[in-house]
Amino acid sequence: MITVKGLNKSFGDLHVLKNINMNVDRGEVVVVIGPSGSGKTTLLRSLNILETPEQGEITIGDQSIDFSKPVKKKQVVEFRKQTGMVFQNHNLFPHFTALENVMEGPVTVQKISKAKARERAADILTKVGLGEKLDSYPHQLSGGQQQRVGIARALATGVEVILFDEPTSALDPELVGDVLDVMKELADEGMTMVVVTHEMSFAEEVADRVIFMDQGAVVEEGPPEQIFQHTQEPRTQQFLNRIRK
Amino acid sequence: MKMYLSNIFTNPEMQDKYMDILVSSFLPLVKGAFYYTIPLTLITFAIGLVLAVLTALMRLSNVKAFQWIARSYVSIIRGTPLLVQLFIIFFGLPSIGVTINPFYSAIIGFSLNMGAYNSEIIRAAILSIPKGQWEASHSIGMTNFQALKRVVLPQATRVSIPPLSNSFIGLIKDTSLASTITYTEMFRKSQEIAANNYEFLLVYSEAAFIYWVICVGLSFIQDRVENRLDQYVAK
Ligand SMILES: Nc1ncnc2c1ncn2[C@@H]1O[C@H](COP(=O)(O)OP(=O)(O)O)[C@@H](O)[C@H]1O
Ligand SMILES: [Mg+2]
Repeated sequence: MITVKGLNKSFGDLHVLKNINMNVDRGEVVVVIGPSGSGKTTLLRSLNILETPEQGEITIGDQSIDFSKPVKKKQVVEFRKQTGMVFQNHNLFPHFTALENVMEGPVTVQKISKAKARERAADILTKVGLGEKLDSYPHQLSGGQQQRVGIARALATGVEVILFDEPTSALDPELVGDVLDVMKELADEGMTMVVVTHEMSFAEEVADRVIFMDQGAVVEEGPPEQIFQHTQEPRTQQFLNRIRK
Repeated sequence: MKMYLSNIFTNPEMQDKYMDILVSSFLPLVKGAFYYTIPLTLITFAIGLVLAVLTALMRLSNVKAFQWIARSYVSIIRGTPLLVQLFIIFFGLPSIGVTINPFYSAIIGFSLNMGAYNSEIIRAAILSIPKGQWEASHSIGMTNFQALKRVVLPQATRVSIPPLSNSFIGLIKDTSLASTITYTEMFRKSQEIAANNYEFLLVYSEAAFIYWVICVGLSFIQDRVENRLDQYVAK
């Protein structure tokens, strides 16, 4: 479903992604872990072309972008339509209700009729447990509810891949569970997911594969028990020790 | 000064006279406001707003030529007095065979002015919308234009209402400058009345009072609109 080959990205002199290779199968849940500043967000944003790497190739579904050549705007817009993104601070549209936030993609991008889009948006919001909050504005919702609207918005256009960038790290601890439950449900339904998170229990329980990144490179990847119980990599071990304290 | 005041307070005859002047000039002045000052303000503000949005978008675009045109326009208009601009349009252009009547001269002058000043307000408002709003729009598949139209401009509108209201109130007062190019709006009307009865203080104060009432009314409307649109801002 997703193939990343030789991806390189720098901010000025700072080499943030160093020759990243990665593969995600259809229906797979891949959790990316690693210390702060290791390039996890930049990798995820590159998958959605919110950052433009200088080098490398990303393939999602049947579309490919080779960053060593000039990339056309139109190509980027089409490419992004395959993936949804959930942001750390949700980035909901403050002037729209929850329902309107979720309808926006289907109506504006997919040109689906408003009536149909409304029905579908209401279904998705009900599924993430917000059937009662359709007409609330983002500022009237709790952090956890906002993040679930964010997930619903990402789902609304019928994408096959969802990218999550630390979706729970800005939340109060008691609100984290609801959001993780929604993500687990999505995983069970066979959604392809790439998740950056510090919730190790989620990774152990839900991930098919865990990728550990450090200083812009993939250090180790494998099934959760390999990474969490039997890692041979001192850097992974060091990171896990710090997180588990 | 002393005599004037003591006349008002003590001399019933003079009181009657001033009252007559106030009453008889009030209707023409209010008419001047409603038929000329307010329409001129509304029309030029609307045209200016369109110019302002276009100019702001040109400034923010990636096309160098657009940026340059927008920057020069704003620089020229902001760097020269409005009164001089009006004179160039009305008294100057006829020398090269372009004669524009007072009404259209005023429309052109004030619109160009509003366009330049308000483009800076709109540009700042667009830039104040968090980058995350663009990114969220892009992530659901929107083009730049769709993101601008559906997400960024509606929020920027809310942000720009207070400064735009100030600029609107400024415009109402500035339209009095149209009197200098012979356009008979409220202030020129007051000049005509005062030229007849020589009661300059009384008549000009009356005109000032009417401007003030209009501006206070507008501030009131502004508050209501801002409150209603409060939910439009990212928190
Ligand atoms: N827009 C940017 N401009 C400059 N440096 C950036 C930018 N975004 C991220 N960085 C830098 O890139 C590195 C990786 O950041 P990031 O991908 O956010 O890491 P992580 O998500 O793993 O914490 C950090 O050193 C960060 O400071
Ligand atoms: Mg990050």
